[in-house]
Amino acid sequence: MKSKASTYVFLGAAIALSCLARAAAVTVSAQPAPAAREIKIDNFTFGPSELTVAVGSTVMWANRDDIPHTVVSTDKAFKSKVLDTDEKFSFTFSTRGTFPYFCSIHPKMTGKVVVQ
Amino acid sequence: MSEHGTNELRLEHHDDGVDRRGFLKCMAWAGTGAFFLMEGGVLKSYSLGRMPRLEAPSAGGLSFVQISDSHMGFNKAANPDVVGTLRAAIDKINALPARPEFMLHTGDISHLSRPEEFDTVDQILKSASPTDVFFVPGEHDVLDDDGRQYLDRYGKGTKGGGWYSFDAKGVHFIGLVNVLNLKAGGLGTLGPEQLAWLQDDVKHLKHSTPIVVFAHIPLWSVYPQWGWGTEDSAQALAALKKFGSVSVLNGHIHQTMQKVEGHVTFHTAASTAFPQPQPGTADSPGPMKVPADRLKQVLGITDVTYLRGTHPLAIVDSSLA
Repeated sequence: MKSKASTYVFLGAAIALSCLARAAAVTVSAQPAPAAREIKIDNFTFGPSELTVAVGSTVMWANRDDIPHTVVSTDKAFKSKVLDTDEKFSFTFSTRGTFPYFCSIHPKMTGKVVVQ
Repeated sequence: MSEHGTNELRLEHHDDGVDRRGFLKCMAWAGTGAFFLMEGGVLKSYSLGRMPRLEAPSAGGLSFVQISDSHMGFNKAANPDVVGTLRAAIDKINALPARPEFMLHTGDISHLSRPEEFDTVDQILKSASPTDVFFVPGEHDVLDDDGRQYLDRYGKGTKGGGWYSFDAKGVHFIGLVNVLNLKAGGLGTLGPEQLAWLQDDVKHLKHSTPIVVFAHIPLWSVYPQWGWGTEDSAQALAALKKFGSVSVLNGHIHQTMQKVEGHVTFHTAASTAFPQPQPGTADSPGPMKVPADRLKQVLGITDVTYLRGTHPLAIVDSSLA
């Protein structure tokens, strides 16, 4: 259900962008394009700790530590299973906003994704 | 059982240039557990590496052991044989001059909360001379299910998230849980429900009753920057203010530390699995890897644990900056 909803929003955003492209190409090129972005979990740190993406972008977290971590949205927008070494978690952001998150095992580890 | 046996066989034949016996010997420097003697309300602690120097407790004294952070399932460079090092800790416990009354395991029994990891630890602990083992969970034991599996296995007769108390030879033991519902940016948490239970649990006790509190994450601020502390531990300690002898035993930080604050003595136990760096001495609290060439150097120094044991373990907060 969730992925379907985000697909609709993504399509909506794409249509809106293509309309804008005809009207004002300059405005569109200033927007970051939806794309896959990666956040590395290394040395008990999310890197980059703050990432700005366009609506519809998929963000992937990859655990490079010898210790398991999780990626849990502070306001419950998303939550990964525990990620062992080299395991990954992805989430597609279908709404604008700021999404703070943390590792529920090591809560000192925090980060945020800003969706524009 | 059979799966456990197969796993062990594979580990025995793991060839990384350091033989298994040598590796286990080397791991002794990291410490494998702690032995405690409670006499007259005074708790004395010993590294298991110093056992030959110990005598049996006097009549009326209580002895027990604490092990911690067995991280069953961990298989990275810092220790590819956590089965072997847990076994080595149990061997040391079994070699004690007098059988301890019981054993405490202060959490991170498993590495990833997998059923087979808990099964392996349970199986190994069956060979320990103390038949009773009292557990509290570490954050690695409650992954993905808010501790439901942990409670199914170890939570019989406990309250809430798995907290409980019991008495042994006039000493009141309290097992606390500070690894559930952790908040972003925060430390370990006990929570209001557990704190209310604690107040009630000790209400009827005489001031002279020795108290031993055990929990996974330290109940004192070891190094908050790395999450080594508990948000509301001050409230728990306030509930124990009336008692003349309070000892707090923790794990989580994979190294031994002691600190005395008024009538409260704090101890942390080493891990049976892998060491972690001293507070602030590394970029992160990740497993401390000892390269093979250094491993071999350490192998020649069999008295490392003993020498370390003669240094004062107490630390002060100001040195952690």
